[in-house]
Amino acid sequence: MTDRSVTDPLLAVDGLTVGYGSVLALRDVSLEVAAGEIVAALGPNGAGKTTLLRTLAGALKPRSGSVRFDGSSIVGMGPESVVRRGIALIPEGRHVFPKLTVQENLTIGGITRSDREELRADAQRWLERFPILGERSGQLAGTLSGGEQQQLAIARALMSRPRMLLLDEPSLGLGPIFVDRIFELVVELRDAGTTILLVEQNVHRALAIADRAYVLSVGSVVASGPTESLVEGELERSYLGIGQPG
Amino acid sequence: MTPSEFVQQLVNALSLGSIYALLALGLSMVYGVMGMLNFAYGELVTITGYAMLAATYLGAPFVVVALVGILAAGVASVLMELIAFRPLRNASFVSLLFTSFAVAQLIQGAFRQAVSVRARGVPVPDLLGNAIQIGSVRISVLSIITAAIGAVSLAALTLFLRRSRAGLSMRAASQDFTTARLMGVRANGVISLAFLISGLLAGIAGVLWMARTTSVNPTTGFVPVIEAFIASVIGGLGNLRGAVFGGFFLGALEVFLQATLPGSLLPYTQAAALLVVVGILYVRPQGLFGQKVEAI
Repeated sequence: MTDRSVTDPLLAVDGLTVGYGSVLALRDVSLEVAAGEIVAALGPNGAGKTTLLRTLAGALKPRSGSVRFDGSSIVGMGPESVVRRGIALIPEGRHVFPKLTVQENLTIGGITRSDREELRADAQRWLERFPILGERSGQLAGTLSGGEQQQLAIARALMSRPRMLLLDEPSLGLGPIFVDRIFELVVELRDAGTTILLVEQNVHRALAIADRAYVLSVGSVVASGPTESLVEGELERSYLGIGQPG
Repeated sequence: MTPSEFVQQLVNALSLGSIYALLALGLSMVYGVMGMLNFAYGELVTITGYAMLAATYLGAPFVVVALVGILAAGVASVLMELIAFRPLRNASFVSLLFTSFAVAQLIQGAFRQAVSVRARGVPVPDLLGNAIQIGSVRISVLSIITAAIGAVSLAALTLFLRRSRAGLSMRAASQDFTTARLMGVRANGVISLAFLISGLLAGIAGVLWMARTTSVNPTTGFVPVIEAFIASVIGGLGNLRGAVFGGFFLGALEVFLQATLPGSLLPYTQAAALLVVVGILYVRPQGLFGQKVEAI
């Protein structure tokens, strides 16, 4: 098991424990993400990946542990405050607002901002970046296909101009063409300066674009390090639940 | 029923229907955003009545009296949420329901103690009691004004929900509350706003209600909240379009049953209307427009 501590990370999570009732979904999880990185959080179903992202975004309250973003604590803040600090979550299952139009979904994405002109320009930019959304800007989001909804969910989150993006299973249920586009976009966003924490079931795709990765198993970090150093064996062990490394 | 009688009844149906539609909208709006049924909603109509009474005693002209009534309901609704419902934000549906019953009882008790158990007359301009004759059709001024105010209120609300950022936030929150918060919609803000609009709608309906009944007593709110509940259930609870439809449907049903039932059955108008509603819900338990919680 290798680890590399990041100097002066943008996001620093220390000893995070989250539970639902008497069940602990995350146990003493620590991780760091430096500005400009793509970090992947991998692991089988039930490992606590979604819980991790939802807790970071403020949608779940942890039992204990600290979360610092850009040097200040964000633990215990509601989601509406966390997004104002510059962290946007793209939830698993996309969660676009089905009865709002594509355009209205983008407007909601920028609800924290008050620079009307810039907002309009940003919305326009995303509608051009995703031409299929541009064609359907007046259509209800519930009528879009899964891949189109995923593009909308990403564009909507970016409307808040986040410094850090939390992506939960962006490839889930999408055809290979859309998966390619989503992963290309993630790299493009990182290159433009957005820091990314990515949760993915599609391990090989995630490792191909990530700088570093953490492997979670039943609520704990069982391996971490630069992607090239993560040996397949560790990953497989954690997925199959054979033994507990470390 | 002669054609001119039919036109008269149609105007009456539109008039009563728009009161019910406003009432149902207010109840549905809070249900849509918060998933709670506020049974203290009827007390907002009572509060409108007493606020109008107070403004009248202070010598205000009727337009001011009406505005005071509407504002009082809006403020009372926001305070209700702040004091009674906010501490129970994540409580179960039943806990919130019972809390709202308690709030209703408290407000009724307060008016009983502070004013009187007996009804007090709310003076309304004589003009509202007049009728105008168009050919063979006689239509009451109050019915026309009621229908017009109903239409203007509905148009204003639609515009607000469709065009403003705050309206958009409310629609988003009623579709997916958590995701709306993730986008930055403030939970407290959007819920306060829902209660404010709900209260203003109850206030507008309350003024129109007072203009019909011309009196207020501590339990005045009972009938309006029941009618609002029935109308929104017909349309599908939490669905705003459904609430408006349900309101007009219920208004028309009551007016036309009143006009067509034989004299000996007239006392059963309400019961007959409810039977029709039960029939609808038997076929469509989710209401005519309902799937789940959604907005316009």
